[in-house]
Amino acid sequence: MGTNAITTQKVNFKVFRFNADEDYLPYYEDYSMDVTSEEVVLDILNRIKWDHDGSFSYRRSCRHGICGACAIKVNGRSTLACKESMSTMIEYFGNDLTIEPLSTKRAIKDMIIDKADFWEKHAAVTPYLVADVDECPSSENLVSPHDAEELNEADLCIQCGACHYACPVVEINSDFFGPAAFAAAYRFEADVRDSDGQRLVDVNEEKQGVWDCVKCFECAEVCPKEINPIEKITKLHQMAFKRGVAKNNVATRHAVGFLHSIKRHGVLDEGGLVLYSEGPSIIKHIPVALQMFRKGKIIMPWNMPKSDNLDEIQKLIKSSSTVKF
Amino acid sequence: MKKLKYALFTGCTAKQSTPEQMMSTMAVAKKLNIELVELTEASCCGASHLQDYDDFLSLVLNARNIAYAEKHGLTMVTICNTCQLNTAMTKHRLDRNPELKARVNEKLAEVGLEYKGTSNIIHFLYAIIDDFGLDKIKEMVVKPLSEFNIAPFYGCHNIRPSELHDESHNQKENPYNPTSLDDLIIACGGMNVDYEEKNKCCGFHVELQAPHTAAVLTGNAIAGATDQNADMMVTPCPLCHLKLDTQTKHASEAIGREVSLPVLHMQQMVGLALGCSPAELGLKHHVTDVNFI
Ligand code: SF4
Ligand code: SF4
Ligand code: FES
Repeated sequence: MGTNAITTQKVNFKVFRFNADEDYLPYYEDYSMDVTSEEVVLDILNRIKWDHDGSFSYRRSCRHGICGACAIKVNGRSTLACKESMSTMIEYFGNDLTIEPLSTKRAIKDMIIDKADFWEKHAAVTPYLVADVDECPSSENLVSPHDAEELNEADLCIQCGACHYACPVVEINSDFFGPAAFAAAYRFEADVRDSDGQRLVDVNEEKQGVWDCVKCFECAEVCPKEINPIEKITKLHQMAFKRGVAKNNVATRHAVGFLHSIKRHGVLDEGGLVLYSEGPSIIKHIPVALQMFRKGKIIMPWNMPKSDNLDEIQKLIKSSSTVKF
Repeated sequence: MKKLKYALFTGCTAKQSTPEQMMSTMAVAKKLNIELVELTEASCCGASHLQDYDDFLSLVLNARNIAYAEKHGLTMVTICNTCQLNTAMTKHRLDRNPELKARVNEKLAEVGLEYKGTSNIIHFLYAIIDDFGLDKIKEMVVKPLSEFNIAPFYGCHNIRPSELHDESHNQKENPYNPTSLDDLIIACGGMNVDYEEKNKCCGFHVELQAPHTAAVLTGNAIAGATDQNADMMVTPCPLCHLKLDTQTKHASEAIGREVSLPVLHMQQMVGLALGCSPAELGLKHHVTDVNFI
């Protein structure tokens, strides 16, 4: 078996610099380096500090992808510096790389950001087991392998914040809990020992909760521990219906409306769905609907298409539905 | 070259609010001599919303759709990123979980169907780029779009999650630096515009429940393309198209800046370059006019 030869290539780095105590505005410093195929992003941060500028600041601790301290952005992509190989970054983006903190607007010094919002959101979802624990149990508190699997790796989160600061909704809506907090909420909602009644209600609140997720899959893509937060968000949606926590609002009616529409037509009745979801508030969509109508983008109810073999679809809905609302 | 033949999953939008998506798909397929067998029995894919409500039911319904493509012995082609995601995700889960597949097939047997896992599911974008071939498209261009700066808008569900890329034929697509649409724009003779929002979300899926978030995302995308001198945007997803084409007023209000650009479907752009007429491509169906072509 041959070993891969170590290769070297020149990379130009544009590095975000900012010191909140001294600088009014951030700026970018350029560094050119010969990077070997063995290095990870953290090696580059170290070399900037050791070889170029001792004041350069960043967080790192474990160097093994378990403390979550070293997450930064390379060319806009959230990444765990100690885990991400430079070869991958060069393969993705070429030889000009921009290194920035996870959130430039939260920067304190260079790569170091104020993660207070991340921790506040985390704390807000009751990220611990709520259970009446018998202090003198007569036997072990057993969780079956099947029940443990239901946690779906959600307990492996290292709180690095990579997903949180990649999430576009976190940027726009300061109430939104964000993907890491949802993964934490799921971790305990999925735990058979947990008896908290409020957590699932809280993550279903409008503005802050799971219904504001735009389903962009950024969180799934960036998570260095492959936790797939959007999958957990989907499961929280499903739990809300199953446990009767889902409120009757535009978001939940939108989900349920699909079922009604498919039952009637096989395909989705798009206009009917908006009406079902919005109720009387549909009035606010009238100006756009009129424009669409003028351009032949809206079909009349009597022209609504139907799937062939609709009876099959209806039969399957009857026999396979697992949820009531 | 052997004639390409696919089972076409139209999705619901191409039959309702983006008729031009259907028209231009057919026009391009005709030009490229690709045969599309429409899956008229197919139901809605659930668009990620039925999945929020009833996961098992959505698996059964999507497996049924794929089973029809399998009956034809054809690869399924989709023309909507979200249909692509939900159908490919169903395949991904069933092919990896025999127990789940058996449970789903138990239901499908009630209507005489079976999901086998024999048909691939790919978006039309990748069918024409990877199966037909960019070079061949380039050779067939009769009206190069050389006057235009064209901003690609990829849409989340074609590029993420990348774990589905094997099933979708788009292994080469990098979610952080996607290239397929850029390559296609260049093949059509246009100038591809690079801008930060090209692989970001348009906000479509929360338009009803979180209209402000949705509008800001739409506004940022159009503004990003405008700032790089784009004359138009192009997208493979009819949902992104709807958001970017019809919601410019809300988007402008949300970001405090007047934004509006024509938003072509990927098929319309290819069709124009291949010499299809604007009427064949349904260009009159856009809310933001495309009257400069
Ligand atoms: S999928 Fe949802 S939670 Fe994840 S990054 Fe996108 S909006 Fe945020
Ligand atoms: S879910 Fe993944 S990306 Fe998000 S904080 Fe946890 S480990 Fe980091
Ligand atoms: S240094 Fe601990 S995760 Fe990178």
